[in-house]
Amino acid sequence: MRAGGPRTWLEKFPMVLWLTALWVLFWGELSLANVLVGVLIGLFVMTVMPMPRIGFEGRVSVIGTAILLGKFAVDVAMASVQVAGQALRFGRDPHGAVIRVPLRGHSDLFLTLTAVLCSLVPGSIIVEAHRLSGTLYVHILDVPTVGGVEKAKADVLAQERRVLYALATDADIAEAGLPPRPWKRSRGNRPNAASAVDNGRPTDGEGTVTR
Amino acid sequence: MNVSDIAMVASSVLLVLGSLLTLIAAIGVTRFPDLLARMHAATKPQVLGLVLMMAGLALALGTSQVTWKLTLVVLFQLITAPVSAHMVGRAGYRTGKVRSDLLVVDELTDDLRAAREEADR
Repeated sequence: MRAGGPRTWLEKFPMVLWLTALWVLFWGELSLANVLVGVLIGLFVMTVMPMPRIGFEGRVSVIGTAILLGKFAVDVAMASVQVAGQALRFGRDPHGAVIRVPLRGHSDLFLTLTAVLCSLVPGSIIVEAHRLSGTLYVHILDVPTVGGVEKAKADVLAQERRVLYALATDADIAEAGLPPRPWKRSRGNRPNAASAVDNGRPTDGEGTVTR
Repeated sequence: MNVSDIAMVASSVLLVLGSLLTLIAAIGVTRFPDLLARMHAATKPQVLGLVLMMAGLALALGTSQVTWKLTLVVLFQLITAPVSAHMVGRAGYRTGKVRSDLLVVDELTDDLRAAREEADR
């Protein structure tokens, strides 16, 4: 994929296909007329309201995606119970916090995915995302439940690590200062940048991420 | 007990659990002290509650067409819930509706103040 090149019809194709599928599903009947009208409406929507390019340049890892989705499902279920417990514990108000988490990756797509997944897990909301520095500001509903501010930050970074392990290229992962995917490490493609930061955050606080 | 009975029982359990989570979310909205805490209650137990309810409905109705539509409902809820939570939270922050005194740590307000002082200089 070339960045900044003109959008070809080929690139629009998946979106039109998806819009057509939606249209057919809404009508609930797979007929030639529905499909034709769906394609026309898809093309119309893509022409009138074009979406900005995201430009996915990653490598999908099946194991990484499975881990990401599995952990996400467990997180949502567990955190839902926690938040429900908070709501029912009358007489004690939750102690919230807004924390700053500088992410390690450098891609808008992975920043967005991390933010969305963190938002969907109960107990954390993204209040502000600073794109240039790759920083998320996360509101935590109740700090003691999560296990402290540092633990909450580590959770967000772990979420980002799972996103990167699921979708990023090996080069992106190394650039973010993470060790290569654990299930790939035995094959010996160990980049040398990975040794600097292992399980923590980048040591120098803000402004580490440049673009 | 045949298969459809089991499906009925399972779907009833799922529907009740889903409704329960939505009820608790409503309680949370009325009870939590500030805007951001309320956003948690309004957006989150909702998600799992809705997933459970749609799963219950899919089991009860048992036709593939409806199941597809229910899957779409869940998908769009998952896509839109974070966006709305983020927009409300952000708007609340910018218009001063967030009570900083209720927060244990507030690094965004710190950073905003630092940025403003930087700009004034």
